[in-house]
Amino acid sequence: MTGTTAAATAAPRGARVTSRRRRTIALVLLLVALAAASAASICLGAKAIPLHVVLDALTSPQDIEQHIIVRSLRVPRTVFGLLVGIALGIAGTLIQGHTRNPLADPGLLGVTQGAAFAVVTAVVVLGVDSLYGYVWFAVLGALAASVTVFALGSAGGRGASPVTLALAGAAVSFFLHGLTSAIVLVDERGMDVFRFWSVGSIAARDYAIAGQIAPFLIVGLILAAINTPGMNTLALGDDVAVALGTNVARTRVLGVLAITLLTGAAVAACGPIAFVGLVVPHLARAITGPDYRWVVPFAGLIGAVLLLVADVLGRVLASDAFEVGIMLALIGAPVFIVLVRRTRLVRL
Amino acid sequence: MTSTRRTVRLGGLSFLLRPRLVVVTASGVAALLLVVALNLGIGSVHIGLSDVVSALFGAGDPLHHNIIWELRMPRTLVGILVGGALGVAGAIFQSIARNPLASPDVLGVTWGAAAAAVGVIVLEGTRGQITGGASTIGVPLAGLLGGLLAGVLLYVLSWRRGIDGYRMVLIGIGIAAIGYNLVYWLLSVGDVDDAARAVTWLVGNLADVGWDGVAPVSIALAVLVPVAVIAGRTLGGLQYGDDTARGLGIRVDRARGALLLLAVALAAVATSATGPIAFVALATPQITLRLAGTAQPPLVGSMVFGALLTVSADLVVRTVPLLSGLPVGVLTAVLGAPYLVFLFIRRRREERV
Repeated sequence: MTGTTAAATAAPRGARVTSRRRRTIALVLLLVALAAASAASICLGAKAIPLHVVLDALTSPQDIEQHIIVRSLRVPRTVFGLLVGIALGIAGTLIQGHTRNPLADPGLLGVTQGAAFAVVTAVVVLGVDSLYGYVWFAVLGALAASVTVFALGSAGGRGASPVTLALAGAAVSFFLHGLTSAIVLVDERGMDVFRFWSVGSIAARDYAIAGQIAPFLIVGLILAAINTPGMNTLALGDDVAVALGTNVARTRVLGVLAITLLTGAAVAACGPIAFVGLVVPHLARAITGPDYRWVVPFAGLIGAVLLLVADVLGRVLASDAFEVGIMLALIGAPVFIVLVRRTRLVRL
Repeated sequence: MTSTRRTVRLGGLSFLLRPRLVVVTASGVAALLLVVALNLGIGSVHIGLSDVVSALFGAGDPLHHNIIWELRMPRTLVGILVGGALGVAGAIFQSIARNPLASPDVLGVTWGAAAAAVGVIVLEGTRGQITGGASTIGVPLAGLLGGLLAGVLLYVLSWRRGIDGYRMVLIGIGIAAIGYNLVYWLLSVGDVDDAARAVTWLVGNLADVGWDGVAPVSIALAVLVPVAVIAGRTLGGLQYGDDTARGLGIRVDRARGALLLLAVALAAVATSATGPIAFVALATPQITLRLAGTAQPPLVGSMVFGALLTVSADLVVRTVPLLSGLPVGVLTAVLGAPYLVFLFIRRRREERV
């Protein structure tokens, strides 16, 4: 709640230095963790592959089994873990900041339910049955839903306020979810596709999909970066933000666009992975404090680490019986609860 | 609202009389009665409104009497009770958390119930480990226990020298994530028929309800709802934040803890009876708040509108041929969401719970 500018000027010099040092140390640790998680994600699995073989496979590939596994399965899976983790972590931070609501997740703008509805409609009504087909429908559905939410949330007044944005998002999400359930309950084929799609997984996705979603992710990340300074003033409330010279409407539109692109791309590629976007911002804020210029990059890194670790654990402990979303929540949620109980919370 | 508010004193009790809230609640009750009468009358055998009324009082055609009392009444009653309970639970959660998105499913109670119930469904289906009578009692009972377990966990884990709304919300997210993912894991291990049955339960269903389903819900609610409404008097003070509430003489931690447990029990009982009926707990407090122009969701009003939304959705499911056989939970969001959106588009002002 405390504005960064106010905190920075009011805090004694010593406190400022320690908090900066703390953030730097945390950043280094996170980068190390990310490297370790990526390495583990490539090396470990149903068949463990030693690191030097992995390096060989990447530098001088041959047609042997281990090299093929590394290049065609492990590396893509790791890349998707990284991309989706970063996207969801950052999107979650933005949506919680814009709605000023700790319960907001990246799907709140209707993105996830819009994508789910579009995928199910594509399967049942249009008979689409390739994964590439789903991706485009998911992206379209996500975009359409979030545009609707934003339009409803800002209808009849001076731009979307945090409360109406959150409520409009919830209303549209539930509405679409009702429609999706109706279709799925009537059509068994839709049901079968839907229940696997709705678990969320980064396995068995190939580079073609990465290519499809990459432009959305890149634009989304750029918009998120532009959006961050404005978030700091929005955190003080819309009125104060206006008084400080922030263009609230523009900041909000930018934020919503960034959230939609990031989440839409992640959901389209890997299905809904719910927990990351909801939890990671709280973890990031606990480390960095309320300054969004720090929270946003931290959230991206933490998201990637969390997703990769969960995926590796799912592979190693349960030989892939658990999809990443499930593993994430079953391991991540208890850890999150312990953290919430122990640390002093940074409020939105 | 600037309308006249008057303090009413009855002996030691005093409360504020808000004419607009009274009017809104009364019209809600009237609409509910109408929808209930329609729900009792319309079906494969059409019974006119006057015949419905006479059948209710024991007069009229015995066939009508049978159809209404044996088939349509239990379903309608459970709809009213479950919808009302969800409305009250949602209003309490939203007031304690001071967050319009707080509802039993976001905070994990529903997902605890769902995980337990779906577990029973999958076990009795694919594995055949639970059969016969145990399976008819098993699903609601498991749902009730799962919901209560999740709720008690929410309470215990949020308690750290008192219940703090913000911490409670975050703990709830964690519990909901565990329950939600257990459910989806169970769905992906079970075979497709079990999964379809489980999804039907997960959407919230009034179709299979008989009189034996009415008794437990009505007993539980007959106790819980009045207690909640009386205890809910402190919510008015709690909305100003802890320090002010203490200043007003409210025992903040005790009041909030008791209300939380009440809301958990209401949500768990409701969910165990029919499966989680979506959106009622989230939307009806917000709808009522906007209709009545109050600062926070009124409990009795939320109850009435919760029941109204649920029974209306059931009426649509039962009467529109294209939708026949769908669970009621599919329709609550499809009916309720546009109305909620309409309300906040029409009357925009900064509103907080």
